Amino acid sequence: MELAEIGIKFALVTIIFAISLVIAMYSTYAERKIAAFFQDRIGPNRAGPWGILQPLADGGKMFLKEEIIPTNASGFLFIVGPSLAIMTACIGSAVIPWGQKLVIGSHVIDLQVADINVGILYIFGVVSLGVYGVMIGGWASNNKYSLLGAIRAASQNISYEISMGLSIIALLLVTGTLSLRQIAEQQHSWHWNIIYQPVGFILFLVCAFAETNRTPFDLPECETELVGGYHTEYSSMKLGFYLFAEYINMFISSAVMVTLYWGAYNYPFMDWMAAHIGTNGAVILGVVLMFAKIFLFIFFFMWVRWTIPRFRYDQLMDLGWKVLIPLAIANIVVTGIVITLINR
Amino acid sequence: MEPLSNKRKVVENKPLNFLERAYLPAILQGLAITMKHFFRKPVTISYPEEKREFSENFRGMHSLKRDENGKERCTACGLCALSCPAEAITMTAAERQPGEENLYREEKYAAVYEINMLRCIFCGLCEEACPKEAIYLDGDIVPSDYLRKDFIYGKDKLVEAPLNQ
Repeated sequence: MELAEIGIKFALVTIIFAISLVIAMYSTYAERKIAAFFQDRIGPNRAGPWGILQPLADGGKMFLKEEIIPTNASGFLFIVGPSLAIMTACIGSAVIPWGQKLVIGSHVIDLQVADINVGILYIFGVVSLGVYGVMIGGWASNNKYSLLGAIRAASQNISYEISMGLSIIALLLVTGTLSLRQIAEQQHSWHWNIIYQPVGFILFLVCAFAETNRTPFDLPECETELVGGYHTEYSSMKLGFYLFAEYINMFISSAVMVTLYWGAYNYPFMDWMAAHIGTNGAVILGVVLMFAKIFLFIFFFMWVRWTIPRFRYDQLMDLGWKVLIPLAIANIVVTGIVITLINR
Repeated sequence: MEPLSNKRKVVENKPLNFLERAYLPAILQGLAITMKHFFRKPVTISYPEEKREFSENFRGMHSLKRDENGKERCTACGLCALSCPAEAITMTAAERQPGEENLYREEKYAAVYEINMLRCIFCGLCEEACPKEAIYLDGDIVPSDYLRKDFIYGKDKLVEAPLNQ
């Protein structure tokens, strides 16, 4: 029995790992395709039907490119940078509840790798580790552009982590728990947290854009000023890892946003569905809907990328420190007052 | 003073109002605009499969014409080469032998006729110069290739296909 549990967990870890890699792979394709549609173009359409083999071709190209480590770079750290970036991106998915419990025979399969009671803190820890990959890579390159990009990434991520954390505190006042599983269970049916925390969600969304280094906050890799930012000196699959990490981060932060604010795997009339198509059917439908929501968010990330130009650096800092943090604090205060009044 | 055009606009540096400073409404407007483009028909022409329609007087690749009996019209007079500002055309003349009357219209013909497509500027002066109406720039776009020497087109590529085949 114990062995079966371990086997199931191991399978789940493998599946989630594979899914995040495949989603990251096809995000690159989706990004190019969506960019093309937004610009009245067609996009990649030569590799396979509608170009769906394009990510494989890109991956193959990445692997076959020459591996260059600059002479004056710090060799060990140069390799540690991208490894750290992709590692921290991959382990974030461990605490996200992908669905309710599946029951097959006597086995209860928990569609979550680790139901730890400090899930949100874990996510924050992993997210803030992510900046080390960028920092180390940029510093080890021994290139001024890389260093500038890395410094930007560090200060940007730290600034926006503050308002992200503050926007979460307001959510925690509502939910009263740090466990992502319990937060997901609380949003049963249509009681999604977005209804209670709309301002908090917008703050979190903006911070998520900044944390994943996506436009309009992609200053760490600002091409016009910094050549390529922190990955200027990188080539071959090490560059691929950085780009891949960005897409996995996008997937994970979409998943976190869906879990925290958009009802995770819950959907309206889920009890009715469970009664009509069986419990497991309803669970699987929930998982599918969760992924649908995640894909919508990934689409939104791309949609914004092809709409808004990049911020100037001082504007970025102004927005982070002078707008988002005061707003987040005000949100906490208002939420606290409302909760106290209701509970009285 | 009367303005030359009515396009003059007085610049006003009004401070932004609250909605403009909030920035989010502007973002939503922008998102709406890009979404409109998302569903618009792409303007791309997938070139080798699809071709843009050419205008009637488009000048593309040259072709050496045959007359109504399928004989080559060119007599290797050299006027096209002379008129060519890019000096892209060369030719070698030869005399028609008995028995070749069904191939060449006049007693003299071009044994070798070469156009360097990398030099050609598609001005059309050769077709204007030709007294025999033998050369026209009525073909397609010249295809790409890997080697410079492959852009020197001989008679095998330039002469029209025979009529009765």
